Amino acid sequence: MTLPDELSRRGMLMKLGILLNGAVGVILAVPIVRYILSPVIRQRRPGYESWLSLGPLAQFPEGETRLATYRNPVANPSDGETANIPCWVRRVDGEKFQVFAINCAHLGCPVRWFPQSGLFMCPCHGGVYYSDGSRASGPPERGLFEYHYKVEQAKLLIDAGQMPTTGAPTASLINISVGRPPCA
Amino acid sequence: MRLIKKVGGWFDDRLQLATPIRETMQHPVPRQTASWAYVFGSAALTVFGLQLVTGILLALLYVPSAGEAWNSLQILNHQVTLGWFIRALHGWGSNFMVAIVLIHMLQVFLFGAYKFPRELTWIVGILLLLLTLGMAFTGQVLRFDQDAYWGLGIGASIASRVPVLGPFIVNLLLGGPIIAGATLSRFFALHVFVIPGSLIAFVGLHLLLVLKLGINEWPMPGRIVRRATYVKEYHELTHRDGIPFVPGAVAKDLFFSGFILLCIAACAVYFGPFGPSGQPDPTIIQTAPRPDYFFLWLYAVLSLLPPSMETPALLIGPVIVLVVLLTLPFFSGEGEKSWKRRPIAVLTILLVAVALGTFTHLAGYAPWSPVMDAWSGEPIPAQYLKGRTALERQGALVFQAKQCHNCHALGGAGGERGPDLDRVAVALTQDQLIRQVIQGGGNMPAYGKNLSPAETTALVAFLETLRPAGQAPARDASRTAEFGARP
Repeated sequence: MTLPDELSRRGMLMKLGILLNGAVGVILAVPIVRYILSPVIRQRRPGYESWLSLGPLAQFPEGETRLATYRNPVANPSDGETANIPCWVRRVDGEKFQVFAINCAHLGCPVRWFPQSGLFMCPCHGGVYYSDGSRASGPPERGLFEYHYKVEQAKLLIDAGQMPTTGAPTASLINISVGRPPCA
Repeated sequence: MRLIKKVGGWFDDRLQLATPIRETMQHPVPRQTASWAYVFGSAALTVFGLQLVTGILLALLYVPSAGEAWNSLQILNHQVTLGWFIRALHGWGSNFMVAIVLIHMLQVFLFGAYKFPRELTWIVGILLLLLTLGMAFTGQVLRFDQDAYWGLGIGASIASRVPVLGPFIVNLLLGGPIIAGATLSRFFALHVFVIPGSLIAFVGLHLLLVLKLGINEWPMPGRIVRRATYVKEYHELTHRDGIPFVPGAVAKDLFFSGFILLCIAACAVYFGPFGPSGQPDPTIIQTAPRPDYFFLWLYAVLSLLPPSMETPALLIGPVIVLVVLLTLPFFSGEGEKSWKRRPIAVLTILLVAVALGTFTHLAGYAPWSPVMDAWSGEPIPAQYLKGRTALERQGALVFQAKQCHNCHALGGAGGERGPDLDRVAVALTQDQLIRQVIQGGGNMPAYGKNLSPAETTALVAFLETLRPAGQAPARDASRTAEFGARP
């Protein structure tokens, strides 16, 4: 006499086996997905940004814009030079500063400062910005990304740690999306 | 000889593969497919094999670490015996592979091979194209130089524009907050494990489908594909007028594959390896990043799109293209195969080819980018200075010192971001020149804050001299009417 398939011992074991493998799959999938998403989880908590020093105020003459570099606060030994991040520091006067990200607000290429004409120019797609970071011409839809800063013990500190991008300018950046009219 | 036969026999008693392999090799194909038009698929497979071998050879010495990758490429180029040659083979192999895959796709499209019953072959082919382009981009990243570094920045900036999920995608893409060690490691994993693994699997599937469904017959105008009758007609064709694939049709494949390998080797010897360009040190900002050849058209598109259209075009455009390509065999699965009876297909190809060609050509000299060193590197042509007044020459000095030359060409040298100024005085009056310089506009920055009145006067005096001999300067007709002709 043969039992119907769903009642047989073999059929039962087959179902149990599928169930067991499914359960193990889920149990393994959770840590694997969390591992893959670790860069995102880390960004939400504790976050990538922290206050770091760009050096003594004396390095930044009033009325001038200078290139400064810092070591990214989140960095691994294998990062080498890629963790050294540049930024443009404009000392307006006294303790009033503007600190711009190096990345063009269009697609992230490194903008260069031309003190003679008072413009930032991007070598990639032709974005140009005025000395205060506002958009002058080209494809960018907004001004340069600007870091929050503070002055402590005669040193300039900025809140940085993440590459700013158009869609994710990060919470710590000042939002200057104004494309101002010329000569305003 | 007898020994070989004996050993072969011993293996085949156990493997039992000789008969199926022989049957596969000798499967009948339509006589006309033994053609030079049908050699690109096998050539792509051959180049893929070359890429696998040279890739493994490079992996023997390449260090996938952000701090070391660039140095290990220098060692490969300069210290390891023939390391430069293996790098050059891999680099040129990649260029040839993209080109051959595209030509293969073009041939398949024009010959209607995607129609019933080969829809799935086409869809797998589209996936293979995407994977090939993925290999090209990730490979460019592994050549961890300045172009790779800033190219990643561009990739992240594009990804960041995805609504809501953008910031997370950026972190996932970079493996952290910035382009650094984790970024290179994950692109290494993609380039060396994930994408090649998928490529091997899908190439296998692609070949299996070609064998199961048969190679597409030579399209004849008027021979219509119908779902009801096609399979029977194809079967008759291959058996009435077919030849065995080996040795009937394989000869041209074999010859062409060898020829392509020879071309790759010749390019590798003659042109050498690609880069690496400067070190991937973001603090070295004296750089003008450019993508590799096959992404130059995209670089041009990103520069030329109006800002408001950029994000939609970047995010929706690829989806539309992909959906059209993937669903093509479903809305055009029957009917004429011959390109002679498919004018829209031919026109589409021409349009795409002309567009891609134009964009690539434009990206070759990038008129939209300022020439960053023209102000210090390109002198003003001597004829624009001879016999000029002191004020006009002072204006020429202002023109150089204020970087006007970076965006405006004089005598054919300098930037092309703005119009060249060799005849500007014919087009603009003094008042218009002053207004344009001070207020900018039409994509020109305003210089009002960065020019003193004296500098503006000098600059405009210089600009007013820029007109071909014998051509009158621009004049303001309303002024003439109001105040009479200038003395």
